[in-house]
Amino acid sequence: MDDTIASHLASSAERRLSTLSHHLTGHSASMASEIPNSALSPSATAGSYGGASSVFANILQAPDDSILGVTVAYNKDPSPVKVNLGVGAYRTEEGKPLVLNVVRKAEQLLVNNPSGVKEYLPITGLAEFNKLSAKLIFGSESPAIRENRVATVQGLSGTGSLRVGGEFLAKHYFERTIYIPQPTWGNHPKIFTLSGLAVKYYRYYDPATRGLNFHGLLEDLSSAPPGAIVLLHACAHNPTGVDPTLEQWEQIRQLMRSKGLLPFFDSAYQGFASGSLDVDAQSVRMFVADGGECLAAQSYAKNMGLYGERVGALSIVCKSSDVAGRVESQLKLVIRPMYSNPPIHGASIVATILKNSELYNEWTVELKMMADRIISMRRQLFDALSKRGTPGDWSHILKQIGMFTFTGLNSDQVAFMTKEFHIYMTSDGRISMAGLSSRTVPHLADAIHAAVARIN
Amino acid sequence: MASPMCRGIVASGRRAAAAAWGRTMSTASWWSHVEPAAKDPILGVTEAFLADPSPDKVNVGVGAYRDDNGKPVVLNCVREAERRIAGNLNMEYLPMGGSIKMIEEALKLAYGDDSELLKNKRIASVQALSGTGACRLFADFQRRFLPDSQIYIPVPTWANHHNIWRDAHVPQRTFHYYHPETKGLDFAAMMDDIKNAPNGSFFLLHACAHNPTGVDPSEEQWREISYQFKVKNHFPFFDMAYQGFATGDPERDAKAIRIFLEDGHMIGCAQSFAKNMGLYGQRVGCLSILCENEIQAVAVKSQLQQIARPMYSNPPIHGALVVSIILSDPQLKSLWLEEVKGMADRIIGMRTALRENIEKLGSNMSWEHITNQIGMFCYSGLTPEQVDRLTSDFHIYLTRNGRISMAGVTTGNVGYLANAIHHVTQ
Repeated sequence: MDDTIASHLASSAERRLSTLSHHLTGHSASMASEIPNSALSPSATAGSYGGASSVFANILQAPDDSILGVTVAYNKDPSPVKVNLGVGAYRTEEGKPLVLNVVRKAEQLLVNNPSGVKEYLPITGLAEFNKLSAKLIFGSESPAIRENRVATVQGLSGTGSLRVGGEFLAKHYFERTIYIPQPTWGNHPKIFTLSGLAVKYYRYYDPATRGLNFHGLLEDLSSAPPGAIVLLHACAHNPTGVDPTLEQWEQIRQLMRSKGLLPFFDSAYQGFASGSLDVDAQSVRMFVADGGECLAAQSYAKNMGLYGERVGALSIVCKSSDVAGRVESQLKLVIRPMYSNPPIHGASIVATILKNSELYNEWTVELKMMADRIISMRRQLFDALSKRGTPGDWSHILKQIGMFTFTGLNSDQVAFMTKEFHIYMTSDGRISMAGLSSRTVPHLADAIHAAVARIN
Repeated sequence: MASPMCRGIVASGRRAAAAAWGRTMSTASWWSHVEPAAKDPILGVTEAFLADPSPDKVNVGVGAYRDDNGKPVVLNCVREAERRIAGNLNMEYLPMGGSIKMIEEALKLAYGDDSELLKNKRIASVQALSGTGACRLFADFQRRFLPDSQIYIPVPTWANHHNIWRDAHVPQRTFHYYHPETKGLDFAAMMDDIKNAPNGSFFLLHACAHNPTGVDPSEEQWREISYQFKVKNHFPFFDMAYQGFATGDPERDAKAIRIFLEDGHMIGCAQSFAKNMGLYGQRVGCLSILCENEIQAVAVKSQLQQIARPMYSNPPIHGALVVSIILSDPQLKSLWLEEVKGMADRIIGMRTALRENIEKLGSNMSWEHITNQIGMFCYSGLTPEQVDRLTSDFHIYLTRNGRISMAGVTTGNVGYLANAIHHVTQ
């Protein structure tokens, strides 16, 4: 071996050994003397040389996510009567998660397809899935689709689609403020803030009526700066379950178009609210029908039970197909540095179902069954409270729609219900109706009754 | 959109849009000012390839494995895992940090089956959207908790690295890596850059099978680099996208990481299962950050989850199930190890064949870099003009930096490819 190489190796071996010994003993002085140049002063992030200290040592533990934290607490509870009304995932009458039959069939078709490969999807996702998703939300006869004016990209369920939309707006839209309803899903403000938008609120829920504060909504949107973005829950508002009527939607639309406000729909429950995919898309279609532009984020987490597969889509309805093409190209630049391209499995399942009329019809039947079960739970809970003579007007349980009911219970009452009755729900009084069954309704009614009686 | 010029264009575009709104509220588009984005240089190559009608066309562009017939491959271990998953009753949300089981297995692969660090729970880790997602989570995390830090990125590197840290708003610097004259590592210049960087700098290192050059430091060089990192107290962030794919042995391919761990570095690591398990489109990966102790690891993990929540809430389940089924079942894991070695061996074989074929044609240039380099890619040394000629005259598709994806080379096309390369370099 060449002398210089041998000596080089010998000295580097020596250095290795001395590094290790310093690591073990923690002495840094002798090592410091070996260093030839002067750049020795520790940086702000430097720990002891040769020591094992982390640049992230001062990081504090983040608070638990309040919604997901409910399930964590539920899981810890050994009580046999516990009920989980926290996270919005559908449960059957038996309290079990549900994989839809059409989804199972679609998965089998995919598994049995020997040519199925798992290569990268394009950045924008599975093309077939995108087209079918746009048709689902906008209607297959939508002029925007026929005129090729819709840019659609596959997204990571609703969250990911909202985030890509938010980042696109922060980069390319002239107005950086987004108005979101008060209250809204807890993750909305974080998504848009991290996208680079400024978040403001518009009045939405009226605690007095447990319904819509329509007057407040119109006032707040009227005073928004021209061009401001407005987040709208397409149906089944989360967490309140309070939706505008069609007439109210029409007024909202007129106001927004007259002020040039940009609609950004979050559609996480299409088909889940009323049981009809078309009815639940009416708000969105109303806005598209007037020829104007809008954004729409879709999720298949609930309505196809694909929660963990993370399937969704973001569509941007534009004035022309030329614009839509350029918009799509810019959406790719948002996506590529985030995750390169979206996951294929869930999107393949959705596309398989949507493009096959038998599977599609089966899906609508299963979807209606889920929606009907929830509507029946509303009825049962209302009746149970009426029977107990629980003080207060509980009709909002019937009027609200979708997975959630905003009970109007306060956080003390909620804490009481958790402690004494092992009812798990978010502290804002939201309950997931999907977590109820005929068997557990009486227990919940007892809990509410007791809470209302004992705590104000 | 980092440059002042780009920002100016965007800003003036915004003003134009605002003016357009003022003039004709009902007919103007909000997006008229939006420019068509430049095509992704890597993915654009495949698009062009697909559009080419020539029967001789060869795609050595994107880094996805192909068998000797030029066909994509679904590994047998993956097929079996998927058979077990289909009919599964669980599509519920994963936790924000992803599948615990998958993470455990991924960490064993990177840090060693018997790693004390794992036993002592010192590694903060979350499931991520393949390598891209892992790098992005880390970049966002770095930005949030060390907002004054920068990232040193090798020249050259995978183009998307620049996009990732840019979108995370972390300033970038570069360090010397590839030596064009030798088509190998510019070790001296690299060490200089490491020494001259301010103490405590963050460095992006490719754990093995450097993309795009295929040039890796030797074990001895890694030890030198690790030592110098200790001296400078630099933070090593490893992007490991090809574990198993370089030498065929995942343990050997993790050598650089193991050296750094022995030396006591608190590393960060992005892992991808896109190539080594052929799970490309499933987007499965893992981000890990080594901490001083379990409490710290819990805190760091909780903060990583806070970054994931407003990005996608929780990661996709399917690919994670595939990975955890394969790695936790000894038989399937054996099968996987065989299959990944098979892929690596085929590529090594094609390197030898390509080099021999070009040399046989009487080229007076040196082509030893083809067999010196490792992993999926060969940095051929071809100029952009030569690359353009390969495409226009021979219907051979590769990125203009001269990077050849060896995975696209087959016994069927290696002769044709060698001939074309020889032709344009004469």
